[in-house]
Amino acid sequence: MPAGLQAKRVNELDCECLSYRFEVDGSNFTTAGEASVQVKRILRRIGFPPETIKRASIAMYEGEINMVIHAGGGIAELFIYEDKIVVVLTDHGPGIADVALAMKEGYSTAPDNIRALGFGAGMGLPNMKRYTDIMDIQTALGKGTVITMTVNV
Amino acid sequence: MTVEALMEKTGFEVISLSNKSKMVEGCYAGDLLSWVMGKAEQGCLWLTIMTNINVLAVASLLDLACVVVCENAVLDEIFIKTAESKNINVLRTDKPLYEACLIIGNLSNE
Repeated sequence: MPAGLQAKRVNELDCECLSYRFEVDGSNFTTAGEASVQVKRILRRIGFPPETIKRASIAMYEGEINMVIHAGGGIAELFIYEDKIVVVLTDHGPGIADVALAMKEGYSTAPDNIRALGFGAGMGLPNMKRYTDIMDIQTALGKGTVITMTVNV
Repeated sequence: MTVEALMEKTGFEVISLSNKSKMVEGCYAGDLLSWVMGKAEQGCLWLTIMTNINVLAVASLLDLACVVVCENAVLDEIFIKTAESKNINVLRTDKPLYEACLIIGNLSNE
């Protein structure tokens, strides 16, 4: 298991879920997406349907990339229940000024050097919404953003 | 058609072909990663000029059949090693994106 990746079993009586925590390195585009690939592997091992795995891992990938581009990294947590997969992304970045605008396909504030890598299509948040059943965004300017995404199984 | 058969018919250069019996079930062309992530389907062959490591993350997450790197875009060692270790098929051609699309499109008309 790579550094920064910890798995712990949450008190089953309280939660009845498996939880994993990933540190997303904000300075490294080479490792961006690693946690999502790990998540995909974990979900596959548990035996979720391929479509469910795809939805959860893509949504998480987009979130992970967003944290690297905009927030200097953050924490991604995965909670696996019998009937749903929940991904919580927490960062202490600049926050999202206009959530409705950020949700619009094609709208992006990514800088040019990021676009040169193929990011900044303005599809990150729309993809996250599209691939999940519930998406909640809590954001405060100058403080950070917490995004909670649920994929029902 | 398998990725191996497509490679033989097109003559595209093999970069990584550890999963050569994988079937090509469709094609998608584009360079913006999240756009591809949202639109390309599982089993697709993906034509692009992007060669940073995140291309492989997208290919892996979407379970794509193959990545075709166009215009002989330069690939670094990390990219090639990662493609091999993750069993992601990667081919390369000197053709521009549009021409590479035509070549593959003509195969399906055969």
